[in-house]
Amino acid sequence: MLHVTLPRWFLLSLVLLLALMPLGATTFYLQLGAKILIMAIFALSLDLLVGHTGLISFGHAAYFGVAAYTLALITPKYEAANFWLTLPVAVAAAGIAALVIGFLVVRTTGVYFIMVTLAFAQMLYAVFHDTKLGGGSDGIYINVRPELTIAGFKPLDLENPAQFFYLTLIVLVVVYWFLSRILHAPFGRALAGLRVNEQRMRSIGFPVFFYKLGAFTLAGAVAGLAGYLAACQFGFVNPEILAWHQSGMVLMMVILGGMGRLHGAVIGAAAYVLLQELFSSSALFGGYAKHWQLPMGSLIVIIVLALPHGIGGMIDLAWRRRGFRQEEVAQNADG
Amino acid sequence: MAEPILQVRNLTKHFGGLAAVDNVSLEIRPAGLHAVIGPNGAGKSTLINLLSGELSASSGQIIFRGQEIGLLAPEQRSRRGIARSFQKTNIFPSFTALENCRLAAQSRQPRPLAWMRDALSDESMMFTATQVLAAVELSGRAGDLALALSHGEQRQLEIAMCLATEPELLLLDEPLAGMGTEESLRMVELIKKLSASHAILLVEHDMDAVFQLAQVLTVMVDGRLLASGTPEQIRADREVQAAYLGEPENRP
Repeated sequence: MLHVTLPRWFLLSLVLLLALMPLGATTFYLQLGAKILIMAIFALSLDLLVGHTGLISFGHAAYFGVAAYTLALITPKYEAANFWLTLPVAVAAAGIAALVIGFLVVRTTGVYFIMVTLAFAQMLYAVFHDTKLGGGSDGIYINVRPELTIAGFKPLDLENPAQFFYLTLIVLVVVYWFLSRILHAPFGRALAGLRVNEQRMRSIGFPVFFYKLGAFTLAGAVAGLAGYLAACQFGFVNPEILAWHQSGMVLMMVILGGMGRLHGAVIGAAAYVLLQELFSSSALFGGYAKHWQLPMGSLIVIIVLALPHGIGGMIDLAWRRRGFRQEEVAQNADG
Repeated sequence: MAEPILQVRNLTKHFGGLAAVDNVSLEIRPAGLHAVIGPNGAGKSTLINLLSGELSASSGQIIFRGQEIGLLAPEQRSRRGIARSFQKTNIFPSFTALENCRLAAQSRQPRPLAWMRDALSDESMMFTATQVLAAVELSGRAGDLALALSHGEQRQLEIAMCLATEPELLLLDEPLAGMGTEESLRMVELIKKLSASHAILLVEHDMDAVFQLAQVLTVMVDGRLLASGTPEQIRADREVQAAYLGEPENRP
């Protein structure tokens, strides 16, 4: 039932390695690293729905975007906003949006679910694109990044790329830990049951609607966390961040990394961002770099065909070959 | 005689112009086994689906423990105390046998949202799961994936899952279908044991098993109730013989 759980020492050493990155890396790589970590949080949130609950949301960018816009709209023009205040507000806004939309969409299943999640996200896109809210189609700048000062003490300065990188790393670690706990808790077990056999879940007495709505809301709130950080990083928000391209991108990350495994979402986000960086590098590809989507798309098709369980699935297989945690692998038969 | 636990009154289900269940009324007592028999297409499975909430009736009433439940969703009926098995085995194939039962027991937990607690560390759920596996004699396979169990064992597992929800009424839809002789015998023993403490509505084609198990028999033909009574009464019923059982001299 559970996919291979990567050993704690492995994850910890990975985090340590990342934590050492600011010592050697240039600003460019730190920003790229932070972008990957933010996308990893976003992908984790979607995987909770797609991989763990079996709900294929094609409108997940909506909640990412709602939080990003919330930060942009409540940040004063020439001053820094308070991080400790704006973060919960932005995440709550995303969560509430997901709760309201989820209330309507989780009644549907299959392809209808895909279509309605997409439709609601596009409605939000239209709101920000076609009205003056948040600067319309031009978007809106966040001139000063939020400040983390509490009682005169400033633990991290978000204007500093290394420190911003640390913030994203901390948030990713917390989200990863939180989701892995949730997935082992009764709630997460029930979501797994929903993915495998919804009819059976009903007939043993689970109020399926509330479980799906809970997952949808939680996923929306975590996506909001990623959206907030993305808005902090880029200092700019426009309607494209809640458009269907963005929803498609994060879905691609989840599939690339292998659905239904937390480490898969992180790997998928890293792979996607790095591949995009590679193929759009004009130093490597010159004039062809602007057509990065072509080689990128082809490569993704090849990866998905060659690795039906994504890159994460390949890694699981490697662990399995080494006889690692055989008993948990043995429970992992539904892919 | 004890109050019936389930009363079905004039239950009808139309699929387009076809009345799959046509004006059926029956009563089920709090313990013991009530079998519904009839040829294929008689509406037996539809009847079970109506009782469990998988389908909603076109008209009629379903009264469980004195309350009308006809409009409740399957999960609500399950919470009232009705559990069912399906004609085609319906379990969580990729979970272990134990997890199948634990999940069923989880639905009865008073605090379903103990968010941060490892579900496997919850002793009461694990206790129930272990117990129901023992009750269907699957203890030895607790750690195996459900999909690795034999057909018969999967049917037993499904019943264990039902038991984990602590039901008062069990709806069993052809639990013997596709089973070998030995598996059938074990299942019959199990059902017999359960019928001492549960009300059971059994739909089954295996007549030997039915006549061995049932205290009350209902015969359905073309969605309608043809006859109802003790096994002896049904065996003697001329109409039933003509419709279903065949001539008496053909029977062993």
